Amino acid sequence: MVTVEDCSKKRIVKEIKVDLDKCIGCRACEMACSGFHAVPKFSSTNPARSRIRVIVEDRKDVYVPVRAGDYTPAECNGRNTYVINGKEYSECSFCTASCPARDLFKAPDSGLPLRCDMCADDPTLPVPMCVQVCRSDTLTYVEREEESREEVTYDEVESGLESLANRYGIDKVADLVARISRTKS
Amino acid sequence: MRYAETGVNLEVDLSRGSVERVKTDPELTRLHLGGQGTAAKILWDRVPPEVDPLDPENLLIFSTGLLHSTLVPGANRTAVDTFSPQTGRYSHSLFGGFFGPEMKYAGYDKFIFCGKADDLVYVWVNNDKVEIRDAGHLRGKGAQETALILKEEVGDPHAQVASIGLAGENRVYLASIEHANSSASRGVGVVMGDKRIKAIIVRGTKDVNVAQPKELAEIGIPMYKEMYDNKECGDSMAHGEGDEFHVDNFAWGNARARRKNFFSKEMEEEWVSLEDRLRMRWTGCHNCPKDCHQAIKYPGRMPYFQKCYSKLTYAMGAFGDLDFDYNIIGITQEYGMDAYSTPQVIAFAIELYEAGILTDKELPDFPLFDREDSDGIKVNESRFFYLVEKIARREGIGDILANGVYAAARQIGNGAEEYDHNTIKKFEQVPIKLNYVNYPYFLMYATGEKMNITQIEGSFPQAPIADKAEREEFVRNWDAAPERFKKWFLAWEPRQNPSLEASVHICDWNEAMHYIDDAIGTCAFLSSFRGQFGGRPPYHIYNLPAFITRASGIELDSDELWEVSRRNRNLVRALNIRRGLRRADEKPPADHWKKREPENEQKLLDMYYEFKGWNNDGIPTRETLDRLGLDYVSEDFIQRGILVEGEDDLS
Ligand code: SF4
Ligand code: SF4
Ligand code: SF4
Repeated sequence: MVTVEDCSKKRIVKEIKVDLDKCIGCRACEMACSGFHAVPKFSSTNPARSRIRVIVEDRKDVYVPVRAGDYTPAECNGRNTYVINGKEYSECSFCTASCPARDLFKAPDSGLPLRCDMCADDPTLPVPMCVQVCRSDTLTYVEREEESREEVTYDEVESGLESLANRYGIDKVADLVARISRTKS
Repeated sequence: MRYAETGVNLEVDLSRGSVERVKTDPELTRLHLGGQGTAAKILWDRVPPEVDPLDPENLLIFSTGLLHSTLVPGANRTAVDTFSPQTGRYSHSLFGGFFGPEMKYAGYDKFIFCGKADDLVYVWVNNDKVEIRDAGHLRGKGAQETALILKEEVGDPHAQVASIGLAGENRVYLASIEHANSSASRGVGVVMGDKRIKAIIVRGTKDVNVAQPKELAEIGIPMYKEMYDNKECGDSMAHGEGDEFHVDNFAWGNARARRKNFFSKEMEEEWVSLEDRLRMRWTGCHNCPKDCHQAIKYPGRMPYFQKCYSKLTYAMGAFGDLDFDYNIIGITQEYGMDAYSTPQVIAFAIELYEAGILTDKELPDFPLFDREDSDGIKVNESRFFYLVEKIARREGIGDILANGVYAAARQIGNGAEEYDHNTIKKFEQVPIKLNYVNYPYFLMYATGEKMNITQIEGSFPQAPIADKAEREEFVRNWDAAPERFKKWFLAWEPRQNPSLEASVHICDWNEAMHYIDDAIGTCAFLSSFRGQFGGRPPYHIYNLPAFITRASGIELDSDELWEVSRRNRNLVRALNIRRGLRRADEKPPADHWKKREPENEQKLLDMYYEFKGWNNDGIPTRETLDRLGLDYVSEDFIQRGILVEGEDDLS
């Protein structure tokens, strides 16, 4: 879920519903997402850059599309295994984090975390790209109104910076930011 | 920058244990587009006819299609090309799934294997890092078991695996290469095994670029919906409706008996409920909205994927039932055996046994038939299980049967040749036996070099429409067809053949579309195979140029696209001509149709050869070759005395 600013007390919650039973494992969602976020738009495709990945274990009939959420500097302490209708899923299969335990949701060259932005664009897409190409209706899009609550949201810059800080140390990053701001101002 | 393609082939020399990344010539892409086309060029240049398919100098080439890994939906067919020990000729097979796209993301258009490893190896391609690793621990492992072990071993669940099972390891000619929900066959699995490659595992995280991003997205994105909504594409026969068609129209046993009206309402109910029990899910291939493959969990077997007519090939070969077929595929797919030819070889062996040509000496402890079915016909399920084990291991008689029906018949002798009645050019055909010769099909069977009719037929409808008004309506909406075919279809009445001239063009159009698909990687179920049912394939000669141009930057129109397919077609032809293929080989099985028309058939061949620019013996003429930019082929033909300069009609 991603929140969108609203002046009133109400806010719009954009939600993608995921019906695992319908997924055919085609990975069209990955193609569309990575194409949409390429610069220029659709100039390249690369599932490794997609902010949605389909976790597939075909012999176990496990198909889970996951959208990239927040960056996390450390992996979880232990893992749960869920059994749903007799099928075993690792907790990681549902987890949206860009996390050191796996190479999911990290840009392949820079290693910077990827995060679903609900296809933020101008003008806003009526339906996110991954949902548009998912014809099996595994992914469906709904918008609903909710009472607003105080909430902290990371944006991409912030989570990117945080991961850099974790990698190179906060001092180095602070130095760099100071230097860049000098040259740009 | 290279668009749609990577511009790099990976060369792996297994004898020397070396790997090399080789830049390709963009001009070759322009001429052949990619996939099968560029693979044929490499085979022409590097594997002369003196090389035996089991020599280390033979190449095994995995090719992506030009459109793989772009936004164009349904472009995922990986082509495997080599020379087959079964036929001694060119061997080509396609598989779907996810392998080709992953190759491209790793930075390669092709994997080219030459030489032979000393012992079983697997090849791990992780972007630029390529390793040839020992596969001793995978010996005897099932094809999918291998895939699971390797993903674990390299620690990457997103990696894609193509592997062989026991059959490939043992150089069984019927061996397949298995990948995810798909497999390649017709001679490629045995060569992979002969090179001692147990598996290839690939992972890629690089971008694939396209030339005209916005323009490609404009036509690419709407295709997902169009394909999904279009009921005339994908493998609709896999979704139940094909059962009656196959059961009633295809031949049972050793391609013998057709059992019209065998399929019944009760069978249908029973079958649907069985499949619903066994099926875990319907799945698709990379970037395609259709769901042609069912994931099957049969008790006691490794889960596997089934598609198309394979759910009936074993059953019909054995006069068995559907449950038996689902059971035995659980074994044969792990062994990596082709679901089309394997049942035919086995049914052939059983006939030889019934005829006393094979005895208990060759088949020790051969089981009795299981039971008699409702028509009093012997059911041979246990015998199938027995023979699968023998063949996969090349044990006893299995060592001979593993060479395919044609060779086995000659090795066994003693009249066994008579029972080899369903091969063309030494290869097992889909078991179809019909009444009246069908002109376009005569040409497709006789002259096709993709060895299986499903890889040749597909654009022109299989049957006419009786009702005039309906026929006109069909033609009005027939965007995929060039004008001349509309005229011929309108004139086509039930129980008639299209004219000789029309038949020549139909064969040409049908195969042209396959040559296009096999170069750009689009799935035949969305294109070349599907027009024959309903006439509305999502991809056709008129809309494909835009996809190709916008993805790759190669400017071409429909005529030029057809010209590329002609070039690829003639190059493939040349590969076989250089290995001895001539007119005398170009004939369907004698009993394919009960009523033949020998005179018209020969006339058809004459006309077809002439139309194609081939001489009387089926050899492309110098003029044809040179016009297509294949002058290096005509020069070679002249040097070898295959063509005589100035005498195009002689050979
Ligand atoms: S597009 Fe839909 S069906 Fe295909 S993999 Fe993604 S979620 Fe699954
Ligand atoms: S909503 Fe947009 S950004 Fe998020 S995963 Fe889907 S396509 Fe990617
Ligand atoms: S149409 Fe079917 S077989 Fe072809 S790519 Fe799509 S899912 Fe695979």
